[in-house]
Order: sequence, then structure tokens, then C-alpha cells
Amino acid sequence: MEMFRPTRDGGVSVSLSAGEAQLLRTLVLPVMDLLTDDRGRDRDRVGEGGDSGVSGGGDRGGTSREDDVFDQLERMFDDNVGAPAPETPDDPVLARLLPDAYRDDPKSSDEFRKYTETSLREAKKYFAQTLLDTLPASGGKVKLTGDQARDWMRALNDVRLTFGVRLEVTEDFEGQLASLGPEDPKFAAFEVYGWLGAVQESLVQALAR
Amino acid sequence: MSVAPAELDLPRSADESVPDKPWLTIVWNDPVNLMSYVTYVFEHVFGYTRPKAEKLMLDVHQKGRAVVASGTREAMEHNVEVLHGYGLWATVRQDN
Repeated sequence: MEMFRPTRDGGVSVSLSAGEAQLLRTLVLPVMDLLTDDRGRDRDRVGEGGDSGVSGGGDRGGTSREDDVFDQLERMFDDNVGAPAPETPDDPVLARLLPDAYRDDPKSSDEFRKYTETSLREAKKYFAQTLLDTLPASGGKVKLTGDQARDWMRALNDVRLTFGVRLEVTEDFEGQLASLGPEDPKFAAFEVYGWLGAVQESLVQALAR
Repeated sequence: MSVAPAELDLPRSADESVPDKPWLTIVWNDPVNLMSYVTYVFEHVFGYTRPKAEKLMLDVHQKGRAVVASGTREAMEHNVEVLHGYGLWATVRQDN
């Protein structure tokens, strides 16, 4: 792959072969799926309850209306208390993509997660979608704005984090790769991980210029 | 005669009783994130100069973690949310 180059308008450009474009798509899609899997959580309902409660609270009309407001607030409260608090994901990849915000305070971590995890998942899916939307199916020149380039950078990073966790990559990546024979089932994955690192490095250098 | 439960007079949470201790945003080392990328994120997210961003990145890399910002709990939680969007391993804690 040629290197990313900065463009005059603050974006970047790069030329991808058909194989490289196909590989990127193949690597990003599973991350998208992983982020979409909600493991049966019912957090959307909690969010909706909160929204209707707040908008209803602005209306100080008749008594029956106020009863409605209190009913709504009570339901909203019950919903929040009754909903299962999202916890650190069991899947180590998801736990790395959506990490705890507090290191030794599970209660604060869960509270933070309750209000932020859905939007963090959506943000990461948005970055991945930008990459998929701007990737030419059969390769060719890619021109990205600065914002799109930063979406790519984050999407590539999430793919690398996924590989890093699954392959148990350490600081000594080169040593790990060298210790694997080409026939090792992990060899190709390590090579792809290394390639992704070079792609991301090139993108960061072009953006940091 | 009745005695009100003592809890009623206490601050709602321990946080409110020590308003003088700032909250910190901490970034932890991990083997995946590129050094150039972490530097770029510190520059872009916090508006730090390149030298300051590089110094913090090296602290993370060599010492295993670094305090990258301090302030209110809300602001630090916001930082962590943004840094998680970039895939950095960031946490919040109160200074001690």
C-alpha cells in the first residue's frame, strides 16, 4: 500500500488495491457486529423513559396533568432502578472497546456505563460506517476530509484493539511474530495486525503534518 | 423523643465532603495503541502542544500510566468518554 498523504484542505488521500479495500472491509465488519450485539440489554427503554419524564416535567398545567408528570417521574425512577445495570462486558474484546471508567470502583463504573455505553457504541459504529462508506469496493483513490480521516483512524484502532486482545499481543509484537512459523494458524492474523499498524501509522503521520 | 437518623445530615456522597481534591483523567499503557496515535489524540482532544503531548505519551509508555488532565468529576468523565471513543484505556479517579 502507498502511504496516506495530507491534502491541502486538511484531509488525506491514499490509493488502495482491490485486495486492500476488500481486506479492510472484511476486518471492520465483525467489529461493527460486535458493537451492535447488545446481549439482551434493555437500556433503550430506560433512555426513552428519561426523555419523556423531562419533557413532561416542563408542563405545570392542571392537577391531573401534574399527576401524570409525577406518574411519569415515578415510572422513570422505577425503570432506572429496575433495569439491569450494565456491567463490564464478559467478552474481553468488548471490555477493551468499552472499558470501565473507574479502575477500583465497580459501582461508579456501572453508573458511568449506564449513561454512556450506548452512545460510545454508536460512536464507534459511526466511525466504522464512515470507513465502509468511503472505501471503494474495487480499490482506487480514497480522498477523506479531516473528520473522515479521524473516523478512519479510530475505526482502524478499534480493529487493532480487537486483534490485540484476541491474539494477546504484547509490547514485543516483533518477537511474537518471529516466534511463529508461517504454518502457525496465528501467523496470518499477526501479519494482518502488523499491516493494520502500518496503515494506521501512515494515516496518523499524514494527519499530524 | 426521637433522634433523626444521622445519615440524613450527612452529605449525599463522600465526593461532596472533599471538594478541594481535584479529579484526574488517567491514561494507562497498553500494547496496541501506537505512540504516534496516542500523541495525536492528546494534541487533538486536549489542545496540548506536540512536546507536551509527547511527554505525556512517553509517561504512559514508560511508567505504565499518566495523569493527562485534572478538574471537576464531570469534566474528567467527559474526557474519559472521548478517550474511550479513540480506544485509549482511560479512567477517572479523585486525587489523593
